[in-house]
Amino acid sequence: MLNQKLFISSHAPFWHNGSSITAKSYHIMLAALPAVVMGIVQYGAPALSVVAFSVATAMMWELLMNTAMKRPVTIGDGNAALIGLLFAMLMPASTPWWAVLVGTFVAVIVGKGIYGGMGCNPLNPTLVSIAILTLSWKSLLDFDATLVNYDLGFYMVYPLGAVRHFGTFALTNYDISGFLWARQIGGLGSTFGLGLIIGGIYLILRGTIRWEISLSFLAGLFLTALIFNVANPEKYANPFFHLLTGYTLMGAFFLATEDSSSPVNFIPMLLYGVMAGILTVLIRNIGAFLDGVVFAVLMMNIASPLLDKIRPKAMGRRIGYA
Amino acid sequence: MIKKPFFALASPGVKYPIFESREMDAVTEIPLPKRASFLVRKPQNSGNGLIIKGGDKVRTGQRLALTAEGGEVLLSTVTGTISAVSQHTGYLGEDFISISVDVAEEDRWDGEFERAGKIAEVHRAARFLASLPGKADFAAMINYQPHINTVIINGIDQDFLVTTNQLIMKTRAADLSEGINYIKKIAGVETVILLLSPEMSALAEDMDVAVKTMALIYPNTLPKMLIKSTLGKEVPAGQACEASGVGFINAEAVAALARAFGQGLIPVDKVLTVIKKDGSRVHAKARIGTTVKDILEALKIETDHGDRVVLGGPMTGQALYSEDTPIAWDTDAIMVQDREQIVKNSDSQCVHCGECVRACPAKIPVNMLVRLLENGLYEEAVSEYDLLSCIECGLCSYVCIARIPVFHYIMLGKYEFARIQSAEEANAESEAFH
Repeated sequence: MLNQKLFISSHAPFWHNGSSITAKSYHIMLAALPAVVMGIVQYGAPALSVVAFSVATAMMWELLMNTAMKRPVTIGDGNAALIGLLFAMLMPASTPWWAVLVGTFVAVIVGKGIYGGMGCNPLNPTLVSIAILTLSWKSLLDFDATLVNYDLGFYMVYPLGAVRHFGTFALTNYDISGFLWARQIGGLGSTFGLGLIIGGIYLILRGTIRWEISLSFLAGLFLTALIFNVANPEKYANPFFHLLTGYTLMGAFFLATEDSSSPVNFIPMLLYGVMAGILTVLIRNIGAFLDGVVFAVLMMNIASPLLDKIRPKAMGRRIGYA
Repeated sequence: MIKKPFFALASPGVKYPIFESREMDAVTEIPLPKRASFLVRKPQNSGNGLIIKGGDKVRTGQRLALTAEGGEVLLSTVTGTISAVSQHTGYLGEDFISISVDVAEEDRWDGEFERAGKIAEVHRAARFLASLPGKADFAAMINYQPHINTVIINGIDQDFLVTTNQLIMKTRAADLSEGINYIKKIAGVETVILLLSPEMSALAEDMDVAVKTMALIYPNTLPKMLIKSTLGKEVPAGQACEASGVGFINAEAVAALARAFGQGLIPVDKVLTVIKKDGSRVHAKARIGTTVKDILEALKIETDHGDRVVLGGPMTGQALYSEDTPIAWDTDAIMVQDREQIVKNSDSQCVHCGECVRACPAKIPVNMLVRLLENGLYEEAVSEYDLLSCIECGLCSYVCIARIPVFHYIMLGKYEFARIQSAEEANAESEAFH
């Protein structure tokens, strides 16, 4: 049987459109880069060290999880690196090393690994980690306190906090268009509005993330903020302020759109986005936290499988067929 | 290979390549092979054994019953001597009888069909033309109970890159026109619809048929999609198209019908689109039963260890493990892929990106379905997640970013579900008996 010609036999189709998980992860990281670079330019080496350490430890946790579970090594798919990068973008530049280590552990292992890896996680891993850090070490994400030693030449008070405590009177200290150019404090990669918008539009046009989720999230947030603003303009900030502060743009383009924890059907995607936007403003304006994106998206993650039950009737399905 | 476009906002509609160049009108005649083989379904009650055996002589166009009871027949397309009869298992586990024939140099036609006269009638067509080039189960279609009331003639081809029927439309429009009259007579149908690409609609101006033009976007021309777009009704999940009163036939088979009744000779040649490694295409005409090896040799297409050879097109074809497989009545294309071009499937799990859900023309929740199929929950897959609504287009596997063999899982699921059902029916029968 030597020299026998053998063909590769497999099931149809024999073509593939060339997409892959690895390419998808790298596209998202590429789109996030402008905002990350801006953070590094602003805060210097501390920001760089948080980003580098976060990506490195996230990948390390993934490798450890693969080894411990005797599963194929999946750090090549770029998902762990992406989780690490997004985690760093949400944290302030002054985050201590141990917090990054714990944060990426929670994200990669508690948020994803224990469910069976990428695609099996019910919640966004990055947000699980941020939520647990927020609840466990409140001071870590208190941007006013943790960035107290920095002066970047603009008003160094966390905008959402200022409005919450002093009403819209505090807005006179800010130039809202400056938020587009990262003239606000916050997570090291979450303040550069223009960079995030460009990255988000790139991802939407490439089909990497779903426009249904991003746009409905922004629309839900805008409309709810508008209603609050109209009802009480002295207490509640205008919707443009909400669009450009906190984690709004990160949430719209990089967090709410995470595949595994978001719906896939058209109407569920719209509902998911709108409701996450509404919840965000509710938490910001009348809830217990300054920024609402983290818990709003996590809440909608939980609702996502239920929302996905709203789906079109499959071809030829008999009504009442059980 | 058609890659994902740079901008991919919309759902993945994939265009068929259009029949463009003049050179493609040329059809290479493949010489008569030295050895031909045929696959015939194994008769269900072959208790007394097969009555055909090695050494029997066959003539071109001869009908040979496999068993004394009748039933399955071999329609020989060559003249020669049967050299071997063996068992063969098909793609979905079907039992076939494989019959090899040593081919004589000169065709000697069996005269039975011609002697029966040139009348187009149901029983004659079903007896002698059980299979037509482009329609392997012609007899089954015209004998379907209850009778079909509509026939859709496909002049576009079902899969990407396959242009066999477009070629027939372009070069044999007269035969087609005549064949349509025979189809009406034989099948006794009220409505005949001819499906054409917009560029070719002028060809059908003089034909006595309803013409439907259609943008060449896959999978518009798959049967169940066509029933929806032309007749506005959906075939219930798990049912054959014929059960909705619609039969499908390729333009090639209709043209062959005209030749059969016009010249009194049973059609024995098949036109094929041969897709080469570089994606270029040629047309060839070969005797049914010719092996893929003979065809590729005649066209000077070389294959190597590790390549892939497919009967059919890139989305719905079947990969071969041996070049000795013959072409059958319904083989519209042969595709050869270089081993460098083969995209391997992976064993990673679904990442829930939703590409398959957006690609699925039958609106199946593929993301959920594949999870059940991976875990062997076939009955739940049917009842909860519409396994039987699948129209078998393969787009889910084509767009899967995790490169899961989704289509493979679906076909396995359908096969296993059918087995579960037949086992349950057998149980119910035996209980009723006691």
